[in-house]
Amino acid sequence: MKLLSKIYTALIFLFLYAPIFVLIVFSFNDTETSSRTVFSGFTLRWYERLFQDRYILEALLNTLIIAVVAALVSTFLGTLAAVGINSMKRLPRKIMMNITNFPMVNPEIVTGVSMMLLFVAATRAMGDRDLGMVSLIIAHVTFCLPYVILSVLPKLRQMNPNLYEAAQDLGCPPIRAFFKVVLPEIMPGIVTGMIMAFTLSIDDFVISYFTSGTTQTLPIYIYSMTRKRISPEINALSTVLFLCILVLLIIINVRQAQDERRQKKAEKERG
Amino acid sequence: MRTKLISAPYTIWMTLFIIVPMGLVAVFAFTDKSGAFTLDNILRVGQYSNVFLRSILLGAVATAISLLLGYPLAYIISKAKASRQSIMVMLVMLPMWMNFLLRTYAWMSLLEDNGLINNLLVAIGLPRVHMINTAGAVVLGMVYNYIPYMILPIYSVLAKIDNSVIEAAQDLGANGVKVFLKVVLPMSMSGVISGVTMVFVPAVSTFIISKMLGGGGNLLIGDLIDMQFLGSAYNPNLGSAISLVLMVIIMICMGIMNQFDDDEENMGGGMLL
Repeated sequence: MKLLSKIYTALIFLFLYAPIFVLIVFSFNDTETSSRTVFSGFTLRWYERLFQDRYILEALLNTLIIAVVAALVSTFLGTLAAVGINSMKRLPRKIMMNITNFPMVNPEIVTGVSMMLLFVAATRAMGDRDLGMVSLIIAHVTFCLPYVILSVLPKLRQMNPNLYEAAQDLGCPPIRAFFKVVLPEIMPGIVTGMIMAFTLSIDDFVISYFTSGTTQTLPIYIYSMTRKRISPEINALSTVLFLCILVLLIIINVRQAQDERRQKKAEKERG
Repeated sequence: MRTKLISAPYTIWMTLFIIVPMGLVAVFAFTDKSGAFTLDNILRVGQYSNVFLRSILLGAVATAISLLLGYPLAYIISKAKASRQSIMVMLVMLPMWMNFLLRTYAWMSLLEDNGLINNLLVAIGLPRVHMINTAGAVVLGMVYNYIPYMILPIYSVLAKIDNSVIEAAQDLGANGVKVFLKVVLPMSMSGVISGVTMVFVPAVSTFIISKMLGGGGNLLIGDLIDMQFLGSAYNPNLGSAISLVLMVIIMICMGIMNQFDDDEENMGGGMLL
């Protein structure tokens, strides 16, 4: 039974990783015909070309700007919202949670086209001015917000509500009590939410596809690459992205492990 | 208390960018190009019933395969050592964070007629198999892209099951199969339901996977919507009507699913880190 489950796990992971492995191997493929299936020698040429490709770099820059802005704005709004929602009574809280869950369960493509309709109408109302990156940033903040809220809310619930009141009883004004008492407690949730918003924004294709107008982001550029003649540059690009994501995930995991250890320690001290 | 007010910016934001756009979809679906009320768009959606049926069928098959493949893995992970568990969960998540266009693109090079799998088959003396541009390839792409969404929620529920419950069942004389069917499976139902929802919804509404792996012959609802908004058949009114019908279908499916599960805020929870 033990062996069987090991084989099964190995097979599923093979299924999950084989395509990624193939992508990475062929990013080093030395061929002019840009064959995707015959490996004919090692080269770093595609990486060189990748970092000289003006369009890719521009798209990358756009993607990063949008992701940073969207992560910051959605973390700020989402944290405020979570604090507000947490102090609501049952019914309003239920309504707010339904609104929050809606974009997560609504098909992405419908969210995308609905926002596209709004932005098209807005552009027309403003006399055909190009919205540029603004529409993308708004769209990304919107789909990141629920994830931020859902990672901050549990931290607020775990918190002892008496702490905030105790601080106020001891003469701390509410705003200061929030910054001194509540914020440090929910910080791990906020950071997780922000990292998640950032990665979701970088990775998003469907919603960006409908709301980008003329702005190029990396996923949109990748999409146009897959439709044209394909160059191994795309493999080099995937490898670079894969490594970045790997590093980010390791950071998140280490953070979480530390967090858990700290919590356990705190529990031990308390009990 | 004033703290209620601080969620006001969020409420305004969601109203402007979720509720108003959804209202626009509804308005577009029930009007024609001049803006007059009409039911034509909704009625025309009926012409595409074969596309809807294909999407639902392929989505359902992909969901079922993901469940059959994903549940055992979630179970195995939940039984592993604690330190091993977090590594395995990370390994399940890792491909998910890689752009899905690139993952799907990778499958193109594997499935092509002279792709890697076929070359492998020829090398060991087997005949080539035509795989790309078939419905099977689309299902494969869906399973590959969305199976983490099945594994993670099931795992997070299984990991929470108290071992003493299982031991109690064993002490009372239940064998392995019976313990699984009577204790573990019912207790993991909420995870299965969020997994099924999280795979089915994106699978039904996908539009790139079918284009890349299914060729032109396997049009899905997503492709249809794409064509109305950014494609050759530009018609946002019809596109909105199709989107609306798609939403209604998904809401109905989720309503049915939620009959089995009434946990208020569980939805999507398994996806969180």
